[in-house]
Amino acid sequence: MENSEENKEKKGRYRALAFIKGKTFAKEKDSDISENEIATWPYLMRKELLAAIICTIVLIVWSILFDAPLEELSDPTMTPNPAKAPWYFLGLQEMLVYFDPWIAGVVFPMLIIAGLMVIPYVDFNPKGNGYYTFKERKLAMLTFCFGFHVLWILLIIVGVFMRGPGWLWFWPWQEWDPHRVVAETNYDLTSFIGVKSNSFMGFIIGGAVLFGYFYSGISLPYRLLKSRKSVAIEKLGFVKYTMVAFLFLCMMALPIKVCLRLVFHIKYIWVTPWFNI
Amino acid sequence: MENQQKDTFFTKYKKLAKEKGLLGACFSMVFQSKVWESVFRHGLADTPKNRTLKIISNVFLHLHPAKVKRHAPQFKFTWCMGGISFFLFLVLTATGILLMFYYRPTVHDAYWDVKDLEYQVPFGALLRNLHRWAAHLMVITVWLHMFRVFATGSYKPPREFNWCVGVVLLVVTLLLSFTGYLLTWDQLGFWAVTVGTNMARSTPLLGHEGPFGEQLGMTSHNDIRFALLGGSLVGGNALLRAYVWHCIGLPLIISIFMMVHFWRIRKDGGISGPL
Ligand code: HEM
Repeated sequence: MENSEENKEKKGRYRALAFIKGKTFAKEKDSDISENEIATWPYLMRKELLAAIICTIVLIVWSILFDAPLEELSDPTMTPNPAKAPWYFLGLQEMLVYFDPWIAGVVFPMLIIAGLMVIPYVDFNPKGNGYYTFKERKLAMLTFCFGFHVLWILLIIVGVFMRGPGWLWFWPWQEWDPHRVVAETNYDLTSFIGVKSNSFMGFIIGGAVLFGYFYSGISLPYRLLKSRKSVAIEKLGFVKYTMVAFLFLCMMALPIKVCLRLVFHIKYIWVTPWFNI
Repeated sequence: MENQQKDTFFTKYKKLAKEKGLLGACFSMVFQSKVWESVFRHGLADTPKNRTLKIISNVFLHLHPAKVKRHAPQFKFTWCMGGISFFLFLVLTATGILLMFYYRPTVHDAYWDVKDLEYQVPFGALLRNLHRWAAHLMVITVWLHMFRVFATGSYKPPREFNWCVGVVLLVVTLLLSFTGYLLTWDQLGFWAVTVGTNMARSTPLLGHEGPFGEQLGMTSHNDIRFALLGGSLVGGNALLRAYVWHCIGLPLIISIFMMVHFWRIRKDGGISGPL
């Protein structure tokens, strides 16, 4: 050891060239911790402990003050009006107003799960990884917030607070009137041009409208972006782009259908012998 | 001979007490005992080495790395939501096990067992409230956690897979909550689950009212809803199925995915942060 140390000195490896004011590069030997790290014990552990304690207190106080609901014994012959799903599924139940159950209750939930899962594989934007930023990923943030806050949360709020007997709209301050009847006739899309929706012509037209929605929704932006030589489309590739566009169009189908229903009283766009959309 | 030994035994602790005071003596008797040292293999002094050992020599704490990024444990970054979701899961497990002692999943007993919990069992109402509110809270914290992960872009490489694991956790959390809803067997739970599972009727291909279900020979006695409920109506079989899923099946599944989730956080380089 000593020998090699001497050797180094002989060779003159270390020489003071200059004095620089500032922090030393030398590290304390025992604590192998760099500047942007901290010891888990105690700095993280105590926060976790604190969070756990606060949580426990809040839960216990809450549980002492408010009783969990328990209604009468279940009775299969007595359907409550309205019969509501648990609050976290009310977004789906609210969709039942606008779509048939196979879409609202089965296809949409699956698309939501699939859509969430593909996010990391189609978001190729390298920026905004590990810190809060809106500016660097506007599109991603806007899309997610629209889907999560506007569609999911808002529909839940509507479902919880605004829906009364017959799944009719009641403001929270309005009294629920179980006998209220709203005369509302809805029409299928094709009946606007005088074609019966369950006729063959109606089937063709309705299908064409739906197909056109997805086809043009996918292909038009694609062509536009291609012609502008957009980097996004290059990176994404055709298949991934189509998936993103399809999922996006499905998501937008909900507010579109809501508008069509509320403004034009449209019930179905496409009526087939097997299913209606 | 015997006397002498006893003497040394006493004088040893007398000396200790004199030296360190009564509390100090107790302290060193506990924390410097052979038993304590066999359990916790690190000193108590606050040195960097001991700080590290405290984490890595403890099977529960070594879920954490010995040191973390400076910004990672900050409330303003994680909102604590992942950790609180996990904590709520632990609360739910503890209260859930206690509830199981008092609850029988049969049409005849279920509702009245819950009533007994409310009025007969000591602290039963509190127990039930804790379980119920923690479950609701967990749904909310998991949503918030997901939103925070999205807002920080933490699903980006190399954490893509952990995001997907998270989505599974989200779905299982909702399913746990949903299966629990039926167990009280009151009007609320009964009809909520009836409404919910009615949608399964219209599953494409697999439900008897869904697109192409009829063509594939689905009836109310062989479709997917029948499989879920163990019958064509929400009845005793559905209650038992919900119970088994709620107390055994889904907790097992969510535990497995949580293991993967936590393990992956570390394998992916710890909590994300600005590169
Ligand atoms: C039962 C539900 C869940 C539990 C207990 C849980 C727990 C945790 C914990 C403790 C962390 C550490 C950081 C933090 O606290 O924020 C974490 C990180 C993470 N979670 Fe979850 N999580 C759950 C659900 C989810 C969901 C629904 C998603 C997304 C869809 C998700 C995606 C992630 C990702 C990507 C990370 C890494 C974040 C980073 O490195 O900044 N988790 N999770």
